Formats: sequence, C-alpha cells, structure tokens
Amino acid sequence: MMREDEKKRRSQRNLAIAGGITAFIVLIYLVTLMRIGASVGAGG
Amino acid sequence: MTMLHANAAAPGIAQEAARPLDYFDLLKPRVMSLVVFTAAVGMIGAYVQGGSLPIGLAIISLLAISIGAGASGALNMWWDADIDAVMERTATRPIPRGAVPGPEAAAFGLVLSALSVALLALSSNYLAAGLLAFTIFFYAVIYSMWLKRATPQNIVIGGAAGALPPVVAWAAVAGETPWQAWALFAIIFLWTPPHFWALALRRSSDYERVGVPMMPNVEGEAATRRQIFAYSLLLAAFAVAVQPFGLGGPLYLGVAILTGVHFVRLAYRLLRAPSGDAKSAMRLFGFSILYLFGLFAALLVEGLYALARQPHL
Repeated sequence: MMREDEKKRRSQRNLAIAGGITAFIVLIYLVTLMRIGASVGAGG
Repeated sequence: MTMLHANAAAPGIAQEAARPLDYFDLLKPRVMSLVVFTAAVGMIGAYVQGGSLPIGLAIISLLAISIGAGASGALNMWWDADIDAVMERTATRPIPRGAVPGPEAAAFGLVLSALSVALLALSSNYLAAGLLAFTIFFYAVIYSMWLKRATPQNIVIGGAAGALPPVVAWAAVAGETPWQAWALFAIIFLWTPPHFWALALRRSSDYERVGVPMMPNVEGEAATRRQIFAYSLLLAAFAVAVQPFGLGGPLYLGVAILTGVHFVRLAYRLLRAPSGDAKSAMRLFGFSILYLFGLFAALLVEGLYALARQPHL
C-alpha cells in the first residue's frame, strides 16, 4: 500500500516523464522545421 | 586500503518514490553548466571561423550536448554509488541517500545518452553526434568503470571527457574540428589535474577510505604538489602560447598572462607550503575555477564581438 506522499511523488514523476517526452517531440518537430527552412533558403 | 565492489548496493538504503528533482540531481547540474559554457565558446569560435549552422539548430545542439553530459553524470553516479555512500562529499547524492534506486539511475542515464546523441545527429551532423557518443562512453566506461579505481592517473586520462564538449560543439557548427577546437580541449585537459589534485589533497582520507587511487594517497603529498606545479606551468604556458597562432585576441592574451602568472604563483606556494597545509590547496582549487572561467569568458566576449562586426549576421 502506497503512502500519500509516495503517491504524490509518483504522480510528479509521471508528469515529469510526460513533460520530457513532449519536450523531445517538440524539439524533433522544431529541428525538422528548421532543417526544411534552411534547405529551402539554400535553394535545395 | 579497502576496495569496495563496483556498484555494490549501498547498505541501509530505503528506496522510496523519487521526486523529479532527484533525477535532475543525477545529471550533475553544476558540471552541466560548465559544459554548456565551454561548448558555447566552442560554437562561437566555429561561427567566427565561418561555421554556418542556423542559430536555432545551434541552440538545440547545445541542449543535446548538455543532456549528453548530464547522462554521463547519471551513469557515473550509478556506477560509483558504493563509494559515494562512504565519501563525505558525495554521500548526499540521490542514489546513496536512497532517493533514486541504482537501476533506475542507470536506465535514466542510458535513455538520455541515446536521446542526446540522436538529437545532436538530427540538429547538426554525425561527426558531432559521434564525438558526443564517444565523450559519454569515455566518461562512463573508460573513466568511471575502469580508470578511476585502477590508476592514480585516473583524472589525467579521464579529463579528456570533460575537455571534449567544446570540440563536440565546434563540430556541430562547422562540421569539422580544426586545431583551435583541440586547443580548447588541451586547455581543459591540462587544467583538470591541478584542479582535481588540489581538491584531492584536501579529501585524500575520503579517497583512501574507499580505495580510489588518487595521486595524494598513492604517491604522497609532496609528489602530488610537484605534479600540480608541473601541470600548472604547462597549462599557463600553453594558454598563452596558442594566442599568436590565432586562438583569441588581445583580451584573451591579457587574461591568459595575468591569471596564468597567478595560477603558477599559487601552485608554487602550494609546492613550498608546509606538509598538511590545506589552505594553499583550497586556494589553488578555488582560483583554478576562476582561471578557466576567465579564459573562456575572454574567448566568448571576443568571439561575440567578432561576430557582431560581420555584416552578414
């Protein structure tokens, strides 16, 4: 049986993992956009 | 001297659910900030030399390099949890204090290593990503798992891992690693022994207790002081000598001469100090941080000034 503070910590951790995954996805998306932008700008 | 078993579970640890901040602590945030700073100087240097990576991608690359550095810190903490629990300086790290279970720290480090290398490959190029992967491998495996507990030259050779971030960053922006990038590497590489041995002189009983063969407890205080002085001379001379060849300008040269002279003076004072004088060692340790910061800050300022004068930016 988990204590209240353990539950709270686990939920904080789950939120942090979700935030980390979301941030990584956003970063990949941004890299893709910037790479496309750079190659369009270079005429390729 | 008792050698603890590598990665043996620290006794008496109660594992409880970790907070996100405990995982952040695994990344060694202070080391990460130094990596970000030295890598940023490498990037600016590469731009001054004509590097063409779009600025947005450079920022993401810098983030990837700092995450990679943090990942190697987490792997180091996982491997060294047994000795960290015994040493005063490291006993409150997340694993020995029972906040994060060792296997979770290892998984965290491995996942972040893979993500940071993949992100750097996407945001810059394979050369930079390969160098980052090598840096993580060198720190986690060559230094932490092998050299640290095997030889008093541990931090001399292992220092290469801490010296690589500006080279990785230079490669990210320019796609190559010219001699100036390796000069930045050499400065940090030569700086590492006097910096860490000055601290080790103070903490030698800690290292003795856990069986880590640091220079002071293997070759003695006098030999360590001699080697600190020799490395300090080499470092100060090298930092000045590279300027005429094109690393930095007059500001860098002035800082390198002034702080270099003081660095050598402090190392000489330590060499001549009576046995057991911890004050001289800590004075050198403290100034060594300022010294490295001064050199890289001078390069950063001069690099930004040079970029601001380039019309196409």
